[in-house]
Amino acid sequence: MSRETSLVNSDWVSLNLSTSGVVLVEVDEDTDAYEKGHIAGAVKLHWRDDLQDKVRRDIVAKSDFEKLLSDRGIANDDTVILYGGNNNWFAAYAYWYFKLYGHKDVRLLDGGRKIWELESRELTTDVSTRPASKYVATEQDHSLRAFRDEVLAAIGKLNLVDVRSPQEFSGELAAPAHLPQEQGQVRGHIPSAKNIPWAKSANEDGTFKSDADLAELYKGAGVNVDTDTIAYCRIGERSSHTWFVLHELLEMKNVKNYDGSWTEYGSLVGVPVELGA
Amino acid sequence: MNTCGAKAGGPSLDGIDVSKSAIVQGIALIGGEPVSRGYVRLLDAQGDFTAEVPTSREGQFRFFASPGQWSVRLLTAGATCEAKFSLHLGEPVDLVLEIAS
Repeated sequence: MSRETSLVNSDWVSLNLSTSGVVLVEVDEDTDAYEKGHIAGAVKLHWRDDLQDKVRRDIVAKSDFEKLLSDRGIANDDTVILYGGNNNWFAAYAYWYFKLYGHKDVRLLDGGRKIWELESRELTTDVSTRPASKYVATEQDHSLRAFRDEVLAAIGKLNLVDVRSPQEFSGELAAPAHLPQEQGQVRGHIPSAKNIPWAKSANEDGTFKSDADLAELYKGAGVNVDTDTIAYCRIGERSSHTWFVLHELLEMKNVKNYDGSWTEYGSLVGVPVELGA
Repeated sequence: MNTCGAKAGGPSLDGIDVSKSAIVQGIALIGGEPVSRGYVRLLDAQGDFTAEVPTSREGQFRFFASPGQWSVRLLTAGATCEAKFSLHLGEPVDLVLEIAS
């Protein structure tokens, strides 16, 4: 992948609002954001109700993903443009999800909902519906997804990139600062992880920094581009943002997102945890 | 750049145990009206990004941070403003981030 095949800008979206085969999809942490106003024609995916298993802690099964996309009217050969708030955190999570289930052409709106709003572009409250499709997903591509045993085995060997804020990494905070801090997990980080907050890869308007700046960021922080990499955060959405940067923009090989992230790791009995910067 | 004031204006703290939290919250206004399509960024003492929230329909925002020196930066179409403050456990800070129209 590259910037040309994984990102579009707001001008491109404006020009393609009515283009056949282009489907805009909004995914937000603030699940009411779509109802406050969204880009014309966009359909909504709810990060929890649509993208999380209803019983177990896991992503939805292949058959449920197929039903979800079919119901939303998304076809296998559509160009899916994902965008959302929080600098595309959950849109990046959905991007990773679409790739996991083998969607061919999926891209992020660079800057997400924020750039659209900061540019005073039009939003509508008209709910978009599309005729149902018959979506067929592939089996999950586990070359993109890390599980806990791989993470434990990676300590001191692979690149572990903790993309949370420095305060969460050190143990000062238990969750992002916009959320309550009463969490069930212990605080801290996985030993040998490098703390490279996701925000360092984005400009203030939510767009991604240049490839040169991104490459320097990770190299300067000690990420060895010749070694396999696992990114994690608290629940796997901010790390999807960094996974997107490393795997899709910088085209590093063997980059996985650990969607279990600190919510899982910080609850495990007997695993090593470090505190401090 | 506009100067942000520091008066009460955040969402209700009912039901939140403020004694264990270092809270900053407030309301964002432009020309006296709530900023319903804005973003508030929480920056640490070094000015590095820590968190961001969209403003609510009422222009309100809230962060649960840790004690220390912080600032918030309001982004909205064509304008920004910042406010610096200190946070302590049990002493929520309420801000008004106001941009002249």
